[in-house]
Amino acid sequence: MTLKLMQGNEAVAMGALAAGCRFYAGYPITPSTEIAEVLSRQLPKLGGKFIQMEDEIASMAAIIGASIGGLKSMTATSGPGFSLMQENLGYAVMTETPCVVANVQRLGPSTGQPTSASQGDVMQARWGTHGDHPIIALSPTSVPQAFDLTVTAFNFSEKYRTPVILLLDEVIGHMRERFDMPDFENVQRVERLGVNVPPEWYKPYGDSVSDVPPMANFGDGYRYHVTGLFHDPMGYPTQRLDEIEAWIQRVNRKIERNLDEIILTEADGLEGAQTVVVAYGATVRSARHAVKLARQRRHKVGLLSLLTIWPFAEAEVARLAQNCRRIVVPEMNLGQLALEVERVAGRSKVRRVNLANGEMIHPQMILEAIEAH
Amino acid sequence: MSRLEQHSAYNYLRHTKKFPNVWCAGCGIGIVMGALIRAIDHLELDQNDVALVSGIGCTGRMPVYMDFNTMHTTHGRALAFATGLKLAQPRLKVIVIMGDGDALAIGGNHFLHAARRNMDLTAIVVNNAIYGMTGGQYSPTTPIDLRATTAPYGNVEPPIPVGELAIAAGAAFVARGTVYHAVELDRLIAQAIQKEGFSLVEAVSYCHTTLGRINKLGTAGDMMNTIKNNSVTLSAAEKMSEEDRQAKIVRGVLRDVERPGYLRLYDQVIERAIAQEASHAG
Repeated sequence: MTLKLMQGNEAVAMGALAAGCRFYAGYPITPSTEIAEVLSRQLPKLGGKFIQMEDEIASMAAIIGASIGGLKSMTATSGPGFSLMQENLGYAVMTETPCVVANVQRLGPSTGQPTSASQGDVMQARWGTHGDHPIIALSPTSVPQAFDLTVTAFNFSEKYRTPVILLLDEVIGHMRERFDMPDFENVQRVERLGVNVPPEWYKPYGDSVSDVPPMANFGDGYRYHVTGLFHDPMGYPTQRLDEIEAWIQRVNRKIERNLDEIILTEADGLEGAQTVVVAYGATVRSARHAVKLARQRRHKVGLLSLLTIWPFAEAEVARLAQNCRRIVVPEMNLGQLALEVERVAGRSKVRRVNLANGEMIHPQMILEAIEAH
Repeated sequence: MSRLEQHSAYNYLRHTKKFPNVWCAGCGIGIVMGALIRAIDHLELDQNDVALVSGIGCTGRMPVYMDFNTMHTTHGRALAFATGLKLAQPRLKVIVIMGDGDALAIGGNHFLHAARRNMDLTAIVVNNAIYGMTGGQYSPTTPIDLRATTAPYGNVEPPIPVGELAIAAGAAFVARGTVYHAVELDRLIAQAIQKEGFSLVEAVSYCHTTLGRINKLGTAGDMMNTIKNNSVTLSAAEKMSEEDRQAKIVRGVLRDVERPGYLRLYDQVIERAIAQEASHAG
């Protein structure tokens, strides 16, 4: 263990190294740049590679290329860069290539306010790339959790052969907290499922028990084809409806059947709560304080923190909604995840608490929503 | 053994992939594919150690037919994907296959920077001066005054000189061949693959289906003849006036310099980082 005062972005970089990341490609952008700076210094010490690409499109492409070459890979960016990455994020989904994309959210749209906090990219993380696709997005609430969830993001990406988005906000990215960083050898790492059949038997996109096909790295002697076109089990382009349908079903199923493992939440006093606050990212910190104040005033309030934003914890929220009167959803946007909560809230009333001017949501705002009649 | 199996290209093709290919009868892209296979065969490279990376378009479809590690990526981004792959697997010979629109319009930025970094990749640009797959829109290499489906009154944008652009950006090796001069093309590609750093081969081709039909340039054979008659070797070009040379396709090795490739330079970064870490620890 190393006790340190660490910044959120630095914790992401260290978490990546602990998870076994050995390739980073990125383009400088506030407020995520520290992730690149730390990794440019640290990766070569471990024999890993860092490259500053010409833009975010190229960065996303390079990490996919490196992952297909066998290295755990990541990039980091913020809103404008995340928009540029959407094209090749879809390629990673289509080719089932493990990789991690950190988006330290800043206020948008467009150039917006680069140093201000926001949670405005929640829906972009879900639906930013075109077409129907599953996605995993994780959102830490503290510096230690930025480390942990970065490791988790790599582990999920390798296990399920999918891109994973790490959705930070500027607050978590730039704040400093005390952190007892674990020794890297004590961090649990998941490696992609390798191939154990001879090359002539290998079907890179074939059926498998887990719906996640084993992955051969280029250069390992399994010569196969990777394409962004719909493909058959051999990886070759197909226009056959049955093969396209099978692909879509399998790739969505590999996430859906593992929701119990993928959806990470933290529950605080949900039992018997009449009001439940559902929050994520830095907003959880304001929510914690608001809940504490509300309890002092004898309100029965619970807090559900969503560490996994996508897939949305719909079963858990629906269950809570059956037993509480109202759900408060504070977000540093004009109401994005609230749409999901409202979808499953049933008869409970959903109160949105929104702020989209770059400031954090004050606990008082959440308290008022808890107490409002 | 059948005649087909005796063909030198046979072992490099994917027989599980259903032929025929997507290209029109008479297309020049297949000639470039043949040249690439002959170059790899001549160099006796292990198929496991070769990766072919392409973008989108008619040319982008080339890798799927060949039995190597093959990757068909997004439009214009092939060089960026290839950069990541090469850095992860330096042992691989990574060959990037692009069309003119792919490499120079949507992928222009990646093209400049791969050349500037002297990234250890071989790029082959099949230049047919048109967007063929989408049906004949003008590209960054369409000659002035030719018509295209999106230039019905004639193209007014000057074309990019592909090889000269790569030279300006810093490529270690730049060559130009044509699909008429297939044997020469084999040799140029083989030279490029052996080169440290960024190497480019521009393969001048044609599209009789779109550009040719719209501009009444004749059949595939006629367009092939035009390429033959309009091209000169580098040594012949040097004896020509500047004005005469401008109208010609100049074939040959346009640049060949020794410059450390990116991988060798990044190995120095790794060495420095490790040395600094050791001195701090000491």
